[in-house]
Amino acid sequence: MSTRISKAGRLLDRNKRLSFTFNGRNLFGFQGDTLASALLANDQVLVGRSFKYHRPRGFVSSGVDEPNALMSLGHGGNFEPNRSATTVELVDGIEAVSQNHLGSLDWDLGFINNFFAKIFPAGFYYKTFMKPRFAWKHLFEPIIRNAAGLGRAPSLPDEAAYDYFYAHVDILVIGAGMAGLLATYELAKSGLKVTLVEQKHYLGGYALSDDFEVDGVAVPKWLENIEKKLIDSDNVQIKKNFTAIGVHDHGYLIGCENLEVAEKMGRSSIRHRLWRLRTKQIVLATGAIERPLIFAGNDIPGVMLSSAALDFYKLYGVSPGDRTVVVTNNDSAYLTAINLYNAGLSVPVVIDVREESSGDLFESLRSMGIRIEYGKGIASVLGKKRVKAVELCSLTGEGSVQETIECDSVIMSGGWSSAVHLWSHCGGRLIWNDQLDTFLPDASKSPIDENGEDFIAVVGAASGSFWPSEVVQNVKQIVQKIQKKFKTSKVKSSSISIQEIKYGDSNSKYFTPEGASEKLKSKCFVDFQNDVKLSDLRLATQEGYESVEHLKRYTTLGMATDQGKLSNINGLKYLADFLGREINEVGTTTFRPPYTPISLGSIAGEARKGLFKPVRKTTLHLWHEANGASWEPVGDWRRPYAYLKKNETIEQAVSREVTNTRNALGILDASTLGKIIVSGPDAANFLDLMYTNMISTLQVGRCRYGLMCNENGFLFDDGVVVRLAEETFLCHTTTGGADRVYSWMEEWHQTEWWNKRVFIQNVTEQFTQITIAGPKSRLLLEELGGLDVSRVSLKPLDYLEGELAKIKARVFRISFSGELSFEIAVPSQFGLEFWEKCLETGSQFGISPYGTEALHVMRAEKGFIMIGDETDGTVIPQDLNLGWAVSKKKKDFIGKRAQERIFMNDPNRKTLVGLSLQNSSEKIPDGASVIIGGVDQANDNVIGHVTSTYFSPTLDKPIAMALLKDGKNLLGRSIEIPVDSEKILKAIVSEPKFYDAEGNRQND
Amino acid sequence: MLRFKCPVCNTVADETELSPGGEAHIERMGPGSSDDAFYKYLFERKNPLGIHFERWFHAYGCGKWFHAARCTKTMEIFGTYKAQEIKPPKHIIDAITKKRPNWKNE
Repeated sequence: MSTRISKAGRLLDRNKRLSFTFNGRNLFGFQGDTLASALLANDQVLVGRSFKYHRPRGFVSSGVDEPNALMSLGHGGNFEPNRSATTVELVDGIEAVSQNHLGSLDWDLGFINNFFAKIFPAGFYYKTFMKPRFAWKHLFEPIIRNAAGLGRAPSLPDEAAYDYFYAHVDILVIGAGMAGLLATYELAKSGLKVTLVEQKHYLGGYALSDDFEVDGVAVPKWLENIEKKLIDSDNVQIKKNFTAIGVHDHGYLIGCENLEVAEKMGRSSIRHRLWRLRTKQIVLATGAIERPLIFAGNDIPGVMLSSAALDFYKLYGVSPGDRTVVVTNNDSAYLTAINLYNAGLSVPVVIDVREESSGDLFESLRSMGIRIEYGKGIASVLGKKRVKAVELCSLTGEGSVQETIECDSVIMSGGWSSAVHLWSHCGGRLIWNDQLDTFLPDASKSPIDENGEDFIAVVGAASGSFWPSEVVQNVKQIVQKIQKKFKTSKVKSSSISIQEIKYGDSNSKYFTPEGASEKLKSKCFVDFQNDVKLSDLRLATQEGYESVEHLKRYTTLGMATDQGKLSNINGLKYLADFLGREINEVGTTTFRPPYTPISLGSIAGEARKGLFKPVRKTTLHLWHEANGASWEPVGDWRRPYAYLKKNETIEQAVSREVTNTRNALGILDASTLGKIIVSGPDAANFLDLMYTNMISTLQVGRCRYGLMCNENGFLFDDGVVVRLAEETFLCHTTTGGADRVYSWMEEWHQTEWWNKRVFIQNVTEQFTQITIAGPKSRLLLEELGGLDVSRVSLKPLDYLEGELAKIKARVFRISFSGELSFEIAVPSQFGLEFWEKCLETGSQFGISPYGTEALHVMRAEKGFIMIGDETDGTVIPQDLNLGWAVSKKKKDFIGKRAQERIFMNDPNRKTLVGLSLQNSSEKIPDGASVIIGGVDQANDNVIGHVTSTYFSPTLDKPIAMALLKDGKNLLGRSIEIPVDSEKILKAIVSEPKFYDAEGNRQND
Repeated sequence: MLRFKCPVCNTVADETELSPGGEAHIERMGPGSSDDAFYKYLFERKNPLGIHFERWFHAYGCGKWFHAARCTKTMEIFGTYKAQEIKPPKHIIDAITKKRPNWKNE
């Protein structure tokens, strides 16, 4: 069994006992433990169930590559699923729960035995469960969905806080193993500012679990000395619990700092912090990740990586088991074997797939009398929820059992993969190194920054320098290169004496036995998390999925949350073997950020609730809120859709507001409409190019309805242009279009017509704009006093400036409702005062505010278009009967050339018409297709679609507008609008003007 | 994340501060141009794996458009220059050819 061992456990503080729970059971650990080491110390070897087959699983690794030990932590608003126990630092009171089992972890009802597993091979969902058809949806899919999956999604909003940090650093060293620490130390010595980040909660990396001597002391002590020196230097910053997530263009790096422990201790109010760093130089010291070996039963709890076993023992004082069988293709597992043996544990055999080995570790093993079996492999691991024994076999052959060796744990090493992920994120190339059996960064094809200079250097195991003396040499070289780049004064690098250790060569074997039968292959796991077996890879390649990208997607190899950190290379090796090619030719899949999963909370940061998408508010927003506004989002704004009175439905409110405005007096907050000032000697000329209309002929004090098209000739915004002075224009835009139109004008001015002397200013928020509409609107303005607004002085489309009710105001006589109407702009700070004065004074005339829906109903009754309703980016003004607003005289304007294209003058283009229903009060569905001559399956008879549809309280009937092919010739004809398969509405085509077509009301 | 030096305000700006504007130096075709030329103006854009002259808008900065010469493969930036240059200026061309002698401006 797994137990604590008193003589090891470098990271533990045994005076501080911590309690936690696992599946409700109370357990104890020590300060310095990870959740994984504490569980293992309690002999909790079974920690989860696999994704697909619900197989019992235990710890494989001790770090971020752990595929099995995913757990749910906490509860309620602090519940978090899918946390890897190996990366959770133990604190008092952690509540951990295992995942993905029906019933208990020990007795999972969802367990799929080997017989049923046969019907779930790679790509099974493409092949099985095809018949009967209904069964997929009602039977198979629910069962499979229930069986597959990770943790539950949290049911409550996250209670934790998250934030972002932005920083600039000169040199960022990623990874604080031996290489990273040494590089930081040497770079800092030459005066450079260095930031060192480490994903774990301690510094030292794998070297902390090693024994060799540096400068006469054991390496952990030596690392500790360096750490102390770094803490004392002013130009070094060290961040633990900081994972570099992604490297991006031009030295940009995203990192996630895990502050969970500090948060739980009350030292931080933030749980995770996302860092956005701009670096001048990145030094990758990310080390390497050990690979599993593949053999039948390699997923049974108790089988783990040799490096993990060493970490658990050295750092946390936990044994993997009492009797540990070692299986390896390289020397690194020897070190673990030696350590376990020295701890007094039994190591019955070291199974080495190599033919022989030599070197100091081999000599140590031999002198201890540990049995070594060369050229052998494991036929199968016996046991269900825990390793019971291994069956020894010859490496060659199909796995006939030579001996059964009892044990309770197996440690394996299938070689080391350099952690090159971050190098690849930003375009760095990789090259396969046969001798070292790993992909390495190709230093000649490094990611470069904006100046064309390399910005990533790689040191240590990540660059292929696996052994200590190589690391020292390699760091020295890289540091010199960086010193040269930063032009620092020459500083002699420290001379370091490393204990000379000879190692044997590794080999590239990755599964045993070589001729494994199909039965064995179906128990050989390549990807633990996604349950991908050697037999799945065999099936996929046999079925022709020979590209690495296809293989990956068909089998889901490497697509789990660990992103194939353990499995990808083994999968590639299998593919290369199958195809008889080199790994370099087979290639690898692209590494993409994030390096490890990060919380969604850290990505969201503070952008939650009200800060997620801040709302733009007009100066009258609070008034609307207090007066029953039902809101409608328009761009980033909220506008009152209607003002609800007590016991009133929205429809009733809209109807009341329309009727009141038509019969008496309405008031509308139109402040969100865009307002852009264009001024300068060439302003008129410039606007002639921006608008389809002739703007230069507009007289001072007059308004004109203008249209804007893009270069494709399509209408994209409209609004009233006012000539405030000879060289100053005020251009109104739609609410959503204000920023777009402003940028549009700027772009054309800066990039095409920069010789025109104009200034463009967006003053949308500087004014509160209020529409006073209705037959009594003139009476109200007269009552407010200050300006002559008589029929003679303020004719339709006139503009006046002065004081209204003693507030500075601009008055435009324009109408979007069809009523006598004035738009009044006052400086924003007087907006509310003016609004309230209007309401107070207007009460004698029956004034009532109206919302956007009443506005839209009234404009539709008049047949006025709305950008976004009647236009969809393919509509030209001529389609909307607005040809009168497109100048024939102007030589040029944006969109003119496009409108000369033949297609734009096609008589069959859709044109705007009105629709009225025959004998029905039903609303016509918005966007519905319009047909003629009955429903036809081929849709050949669709002639257009409904663009706007309302119930008109004024006319007491539904009205609609539509864009119909050859609409002009359909006037008076009957068309059909299919609502669903049963119902077809019949409507009559008319001019799109339903009310006061002559305009007598607005021109009064 | 890319960063550019805005040639108008001389700030080094992150990509998030900017808004991309596609290919630079496209001559506007107005009324009187042939259908073919107008079609090309509207729809035809270069998409090189290599050096690209492109437009950027310093949207959350000085509010000015500028041009940049950037390698779309390596993300190297050979220089930025004002939006009012109707073709890449000599110092930009020189900067490119210095590093990529075989490059031709097509």
